[in-house]
Amino acid sequence: MSKRTDFPVQFDQNGKLRHFLTIQGLSEEILTGILDIAHSFIDFGKREIKKIPLMRGKTMVNLFFEPSTRTRTTFEIAAKRLSADVVNMNATRMSTSKGESILDTVKTLEAMHTDMFVVRDRASGSAQLIASHLPGHVRVINAGDGRHEHPTQAMLDVFTIRQHKQDFSRLRIAIVGDILHSRVARSQIHALNILGAREIRVIGPRTLIPTDIEAMGVGYANNMKDGLEDVDVVIMLRIQRERMDGQLIPSEQEYFARYGLTEETLKFARPDAMVMHPGPINRGLEISSSVADGSRSVILDQITNGIAVRMSIMAHLMGGQEKSKWT
Amino acid sequence: MDISIQDGHMIDPANGINQVIDIHVSQNRIRAIGEPHQEFKPERVINAKGCYIFPGIVDLCARLREPGEEHKATILSETRAAASAGITSLVCPPDTLPIIETPGMVHMIQDRANAAGFCDIYPLGALTVGLEGEKLTDMATLLDAGCVGVSNALKPVENSLLMRRAMQYASTYDIPVFLASWDSWLQGNGVVHEGTISTQLGLPAIPEAAETVGIARDIALVETSGASAHINLLSCERSVFRLGEARQRQLPISASVAVHNLLCTESDIGEFNTLFKVIPPLRTKQDQQGLIEGTERGDISVICSDHQPHSLDSKLAPFSEAATGIAGLDTLLTLAWSLVNNRQLKAETVIAALTVNPARIVGLGSY
Repeated sequence: MSKRTDFPVQFDQNGKLRHFLTIQGLSEEILTGILDIAHSFIDFGKREIKKIPLMRGKTMVNLFFEPSTRTRTTFEIAAKRLSADVVNMNATRMSTSKGESILDTVKTLEAMHTDMFVVRDRASGSAQLIASHLPGHVRVINAGDGRHEHPTQAMLDVFTIRQHKQDFSRLRIAIVGDILHSRVARSQIHALNILGAREIRVIGPRTLIPTDIEAMGVGYANNMKDGLEDVDVVIMLRIQRERMDGQLIPSEQEYFARYGLTEETLKFARPDAMVMHPGPINRGLEISSSVADGSRSVILDQITNGIAVRMSIMAHLMGGQEKSKWT
Repeated sequence: MDISIQDGHMIDPANGINQVIDIHVSQNRIRAIGEPHQEFKPERVINAKGCYIFPGIVDLCARLREPGEEHKATILSETRAAASAGITSLVCPPDTLPIIETPGMVHMIQDRANAAGFCDIYPLGALTVGLEGEKLTDMATLLDAGCVGVSNALKPVENSLLMRRAMQYASTYDIPVFLASWDSWLQGNGVVHEGTISTQLGLPAIPEAAETVGIARDIALVETSGASAHINLLSCERSVFRLGEARQRQLPISASVAVHNLLCTESDIGEFNTLFKVIPPLRTKQDQQGLIEGTERGDISVICSDHQPHSLDSKLAPFSEAATGIAGLDTLLTLAWSLVNNRQLKAETVIAALTVNPARIVGLGSY
């Protein structure tokens, strides 16, 4: 039986994972289970025949109310490797009560017997809202809701960390940049804490750090030297260009000089520290090209791993967590 | 009909009564409290043993949705709900559709309230034309038409010079000014208190400073304009302190709190529960405690419902897009009384904050 303190809508009445909406509220056992099965999927992409029939006859809808290419594509590939029928919807919606509401759209698609929704939306809480208004047999995966969570991204990040570093309890991790607007950071912080990371630090100017971030179980540093000291993993976040209008950050130059990851600033971290970024990267704004493409960077591994991890999450939700079903 | 109500526990703060006592009513008016006139012969005797008897509740902030949003509620539906919950007078903000800025609108609302017949409605007139914060309305005319005050509803006047002139003008005619004291820039597009919950849920946040900055400005303007002001709906402890200081300086300023801010905190939002989406937002436990203590001290003198009825589907949306507000007429008294049961507020305090204090702010003579 899983721990069901937060976000219980993710679980069915037997405590089994039904939706994948937030990392918050999940147990270490669930996270580890997903990572283990993802591991068994890793070599799958290299096979001649890249399909298993776990979702054969099932319909998965990629419902993206926000534009995305990479995340949507990896979900599509993951579902197809599990033999699902995939429909991509780049939907638009009104922000007010005028026009079709987000629930109207979802219920229309559900009436066409969709089995699984992968949802991305600009508003925090959308995935939760959708999941709690669908019949019990329909699954929902959150592919990013506003600034809230992006749980599959966090899972592929911790998967990538585990590939290189194994034991979380010995790891210090720094997350650098725009924490305030980042759903990725929030999910990463939850995942790393649940997996028992030794220390998590966030680094950035105060305008990009949310109030009371310490309550999420992280420390804060206002500069790279202190923040990266003894760090095993450096996670850089994307800075949206629209944050650069002088309201939150004075200028790109000042930001890059203080918080950009370069060969020089990377020296503050441990010599074997790995560099991560959820993408897409802004070269020269938050990370220099030489670091992004350098030997310490695992940015492309993250993308590759994204498929296996998302396959594993889908398999979990479809009740296929028993490995014997496909090996 | 002549009626005697016997053995009820009467709390009437205006007259300093808090005891079990008989009440004698004739022709719909209380004729005597305690012993009746010798010739008084009641046709009906009501045994009120074990019951409380209060004056009618005056709710200083209730939206009725009529005119303009009758699919959500009507004057008939809301006054009926109010009356059944012990509320006899409702003060409604001017942000109806159209806005209350002409005598015709004031008359129409009062006519409809009279036709409904359940309780009295006292409209607030708009402080600025279209609530846009640019031009003063014909406030004196609105007062003559029956408005009990002026207000810019939920749209604070950003221009401090215009706000000062509005107060000066209102003070010329002794018109009470009702304020939503918050700084629009700091408020931004926020939907929850800035703190642990906004950080965890990734929701746009309203810092405490949005309110403390707004209140500091408005207190300074009251001090230099001579207006008498009522600050609607405090939400944080520091605002209560600011108001306490202003009251110590004898400024003509009062404040209210919505009953849900006395009972709930940001944590109640839980997993994006849009039913707890209110403005001003639910804040921390410490703020909640500060509001309760401020009410007991009298720095906050009014508890209101901030009644905002909605259709169900307007709450079925992502949190930041869902409608703001709680429907609260039916529960105002019971929720406020729960603070008495929990020994957080005295019974006299709660009853004064629901009856005589708001009545005095809008000049209802019968309290």
